[in-house]
Formats: sequence, structure tokens, C-alpha cells
Amino acid sequence: MKRKYDVLIVGGGPGGALAARTAAEKGLSACLIEKRPAIGVPVRCAEGIGKETLKEFIAPDDRWISAEIDSARFVAPDGTSMTIEQEMAGSKVGYILDRKIFDRELVWQAAAAGADVFVKTRAVSPLMDDGSLKGATVAFCGEERKVGADVVIAADGIESKFARWCGLDTTVPMRELMSCAQYVLTDIDIDPHVTVFYFGNRIAPEGYLWVFPKGDRTANVGIGISGRKSKDGHRARHLLDRFITDSFPQGKKVELIVGGVSVCRPLPCTVADGLMVVGDAARLSDPMTGGGIANAMITGRLAAEVAADAISRGDVGRDALMPYDDGWRSSSVGKSLEKNYRIKEVFIKLDDAKLNALIQSASRLDLKDFSVLTLVKELIKRNPKMLLELKSLYSVLK
Amino acid sequence: MLVIHRDICGYCGACVSVCPEGALELIDAYLTVDNHCTACRICTRICPLGALEVADEAKV
Repeated sequence: MKRKYDVLIVGGGPGGALAARTAAEKGLSACLIEKRPAIGVPVRCAEGIGKETLKEFIAPDDRWISAEIDSARFVAPDGTSMTIEQEMAGSKVGYILDRKIFDRELVWQAAAAGADVFVKTRAVSPLMDDGSLKGATVAFCGEERKVGADVVIAADGIESKFARWCGLDTTVPMRELMSCAQYVLTDIDIDPHVTVFYFGNRIAPEGYLWVFPKGDRTANVGIGISGRKSKDGHRARHLLDRFITDSFPQGKKVELIVGGVSVCRPLPCTVADGLMVVGDAARLSDPMTGGGIANAMITGRLAAEVAADAISRGDVGRDALMPYDDGWRSSSVGKSLEKNYRIKEVFIKLDDAKLNALIQSASRLDLKDFSVLTLVKELIKRNPKMLLELKSLYSVLK
Repeated sequence: MLVIHRDICGYCGACVSVCPEGALELIDAYLTVDNHCTACRICTRICPLGALEVADEAKV
């Protein structure tokens, strides 16, 4: 480990890996530190990603693609279901990844591009000099050392601390933290190319339950519920166990995964002097789906590009790094985060009767003929009692 | 005070993200709590596994 790098990246997930790879490709000296002893484990993800987004960053490879998805099925509280085929869902369908291999591949690419990588190495505190950020104190096996850097990229995920230490408030409101549990369930009967989403205030209050295939007879079966709906005896794990007992009693649980996903708005500002915050750490997971991989990779890459530019100009202050914040906010990332936040706010207020009515009327339509917008229009016609909710949905989508 | 049931904890870090005081930190697979904790119970609510509990000071 050198005493000084151009860029220090805290966290070795997809956001950190893309930041490190991009920085190295731009000719910067880059150091990525990961607090865990290995990249990619433990998995804390349902592992879904859109095909087109993924291809912008890495060529698809069977070694880390567990399943290819061609449609999505939505199940109402009363069991009614509707299916959306690939043609309509556009880039929303995609792959179910094997994150253990995928994350490792991304970090290996960063290393191959020239970045230094250190595992079991965590940031202990920001390194301050004259009131400005100059790197971090890091610890490896109890041994602390100072690592200087012109720019630090905080890619430390949902449990992010680095940005907070630098004065940004990263607290996720309780109601906007999805409390999640998931099993990798094997020896179960599933459709290996269909993702299934279950909705309902009994099954997954203010969230959803998912079955994401990972092979012919294996799937990520998981649940996310709003933090405010989580309580003793009624936590994510309990609700998931109940569903599995009912729906997959023969399934074998070969992995237990837990985690938190933020569904709040992004941090009000994702830069500070010498600092950029990317991915889940910046609260950039999608508030509607909970997906975070794509936005992490997009913002990781953008942060490194902005760092390269700022460093070449010799100014890494907050203003010099603002093109990063402005960049993702004004791009499709920022726009779809805001749109999906508002859609989520409509959906979480629907009771089970309304969810049933919506999915029932959608299931009677031939969805091939509809865009999402015309679908909502059609649903308004068929559900006059839900005019208010659907109109607000329509105005968001318009 | 906050008690961490380590046999239940899945070291996922969800609790760290909701702590208004920044009192929690996940160090690899080990959750720590420092003296900024106000026993507000937000983390005990959201834990997917129920690993966190605010215990009565006198009983601990």
C-alpha cells in the first residue's frame, strides 16, 4: 500500500469496483479497500439487474449469470396474477446474477486496470488536514496506517459510515428502510425464466415478496417490509418463513441472507470537499424495486470520471466535484429515482382490496397492446373508486 | 442499554443505516455500539432477525 493515491475507494461492491476500474483506466493511481476478507461475500442482494444496463459495464458471462428472465408475474393478495412479457417491460427484465462471482470479476477487472486492492482493510476515520479531507486512516488486522488521497469515493453501502464522518447525514428514516430476508431455496418447482412478485399487507407490508430464479429448481426467495411494519414475531424472517411453509414446504434453505435497502430519496448532496458518495451509500437504490447494482455502477464510474477531471485541474473542493452530483441527478438515474419514489409512495398506501382490484383488472387486459401509461389510463376507467390514487400515478408517469 | 444478541445477528448492517446518532458500526461481521446510543429503539424495530434489544439497565 502506498502512502498516497490519487483516489481512495472505500468499499469493494459494484460501485467501488467501477470507480476503481474507471480511475485506473483514466491513468489515476487508485486504491480500493474492502473491510471484508473476501470480495462478494456474504451476499446481501436479490441479484436482479436489467440486461441493457449491465451490458454498458461488462460483457455478460455465464460464470456469473444464474438465470435469464423473460417475464415478470405479479400476484395480488387474493392470488390473482398478471404477467408482463419482456417486450412490454423493456429493460426491466434481465438477469439474476451470482453476486459472489460477479463482484469478484468486477474487482479483478479494476485490479487488471492497475488499481491496488486490499481486503480485510477498513476505513477507521477520515484523514483531515487543515479542515479538508486528505484520505483515510485504514486498519488491516489491527494495524493502522494513513493513506493519503486527493479524492475519497465512499462506496460503503447501506451501512455507510464514511460520508457521515465527513459531515453528511446519511440516516435512513425507519419507514423508508426495507427490512429484508432471503433464502436461496433449492429443490423447488418454479418457472426458471420468470420473476414472481407477491404483494399484500399481510404477505409483505409496504413491500413485496419475491421469487427470483437461479436455475431450474433454485431461487432467491426473499421479502422486504417497511421498517415501521417490522416488530417482534412479525419481522422479515418470520413473514418469509410463513410464506415458504405455505408455498414451498419441501424447499431446502441452502443460504440465509439478510439486509437493509433504502427506499428514501437520495442524499441531498453527494459531494463534499475531496469526497464523493456513490451507490447504496448515497441512498441511490431504486425506491420502487429496491435494486441498487445498476445505479452503483453508474455513479461509481461517474465519480471516477469527475475525480480525474478535478485532479487534472488541481482542485478537488466541493464545487469542483459538483459535476458528479449534478451529473447523476440530471441524468436518467436521478429522474427515474424521483419518478419511482413517487410511484412507491402511491403503492404503499394501497390496501389489499385495492391491490386485488388493480391486478384483477390488469389481468383481464391483453398487456401486449399497452405501454405503462396507457395501462394506467385503462385501469382508471375500470377502477373508478381508485381515481385518486391512479390519477396521482398517472401524473408521475406522464 | 442496547444488547446485541450475537447468536441471532446476521451482520447485515441494516441497523447502522437507521441509527440517528451514528452509534452503530459493522466491522466485518461484528456489530459495535458506542456511547452515543440513546436507546431510541429504531434499530431494534427494523432488524430483520430480531437481534437487537434495549434491556433495562438494572437487569444487565
